[in-house]
Amino acid sequence: MRFRRPGAVGTDVDVADPTRGIELRGVGQRYGDRVVLDGIDLTLSEQRVGVIGANGSGKSTFARLLNGLVVPSEGQVLVDGLDTRTQVRAVRRRVGFVFQDPDAQIVHPTVAEDVAYGLENQGVPAEERAVRVAEVLARHGLAGHADHPAHLLSGGQKQLLAIAGVLVMRPARIVFDEPTTLLDLVNARRIADLVVGLEQQVVVVTHQLDLLDGFDRVLVIDRGRVVEDAAPGPAVQAYRALMADR
Amino acid sequence: MTLALYVPRSSVVHRMHAGVKLLGLAVLAVLLFALPTLTAAGAALAGVLAVGLLLARLPVAVLARQARAVRWWLLALLVVHALTTDVRTGAHVSLRLLTLVLAAAVVTATTRVNAMVAVVEWLCAPLRLVGVRPARVGLAITMALRFIPVLIERADRIRAAQAARGGSPRGLRALRTTIAPLLVQVLQMAHDVSEALDARGADDVPPPRRRRSPTLETP
Repeated sequence: MRFRRPGAVGTDVDVADPTRGIELRGVGQRYGDRVVLDGIDLTLSEQRVGVIGANGSGKSTFARLLNGLVVPSEGQVLVDGLDTRTQVRAVRRRVGFVFQDPDAQIVHPTVAEDVAYGLENQGVPAEERAVRVAEVLARHGLAGHADHPAHLLSGGQKQLLAIAGVLVMRPARIVFDEPTTLLDLVNARRIADLVVGLEQQVVVVTHQLDLLDGFDRVLVIDRGRVVEDAAPGPAVQAYRALMADR
Repeated sequence: MTLALYVPRSSVVHRMHAGVKLLGLAVLAVLLFALPTLTAAGAALAGVLAVGLLLARLPVAVLARQARAVRWWLLALLVVHALTTDVRTGAHVSLRLLTLVLAAAVVTATTRVNAMVAVVEWLCAPLRLVGVRPARVGLAITMALRFIPVLIERADRIRAAQAARGGSPRGLRALRTTIAPLLVQVLQMAHDVSEALDARGADDVPPPRRRRSPTLETP
């Protein structure tokens, strides 16, 4: 895996074309001799895209390719026409990323400060920052927790906070890497409803198959390849059949 | 455990610039040593309590908690001085320490972490000349504050997992059996956190004047 290093982040030349969506052209990813992803050619332009597959199938690596957290060993990933290899800053402003474990994503001690973090990085002025933070906290039921220590929040609230920290940056697309895995049923449902209701394009990696109801497209990844690419019904059926053979 | 000691209030002390409060704290410390009398220490303590309880309207419990945390140190100082010099000196030294601890508590309880870190960044600004990025120093401090409780929670979880399987090591063995798995988790978490920082634009470097505001007010 090749991770980004400071100074290797590329330029911010912005020649984005929002109509192009996310394009993966001949993408392959290897860790040494181990092939994690192979021969992926896709264009993701649907509003809601699900990604399912067994543990170790390459789903999380696939997700990380979409906002440049991982640079492909082979091929090219383009977001609105911007190459994640050379224009990663511009790509990350367009593609937010929500991780499985919110504890690893919350970097500031209190709720409001953490939500403001991404905006600080974008250079948003303090006054606008305060307004946007308050707005996103209110929208997601965290207004009363603005000054609370983040580590005292419940699991569901922490995941909400992690999502709020991404939403406040107003990305056009958001990638979720198993956002409900660590949550109980009520909180998982709450997060799922939030994800489904977002106006942004969402790409959701998940093991929670009922979350995919109403999605526009579902990819099944197995052993590094996309083995099914269909509507939720047929895709989930194919995934179940695949797993039944193991 | 909570490291976030900020107590949200709308008071003149809360609104005061973090730099002014930290400077005031430093001046108080110098004065307490420059005026080594019991009366001066007593007056300073009364002043700190007035600022904390009346002006900043902090709950008594906030200051009491800080005083409780150092009570054995205060007692030890009093006893040692009583035995080696006299009770009055012991009372003076203990009172001075209590005053400073409470003054620091007032500053912490009335200042957001971001505002405090902004002052540290400002103080670190000259280090830019030798290649240090003050914003990174500030982020490191902030993240240390954020992750200390997380690490304590992870360590507790490891100990609970060991206890659930019949392990209840004590002393050095307990330290060893906790530290090794904790270290592995910390390294994994460090990797996850670095990805999260990247995903939220940590590589973006905005103009310095916009980098961080001294306060973050949320209505």
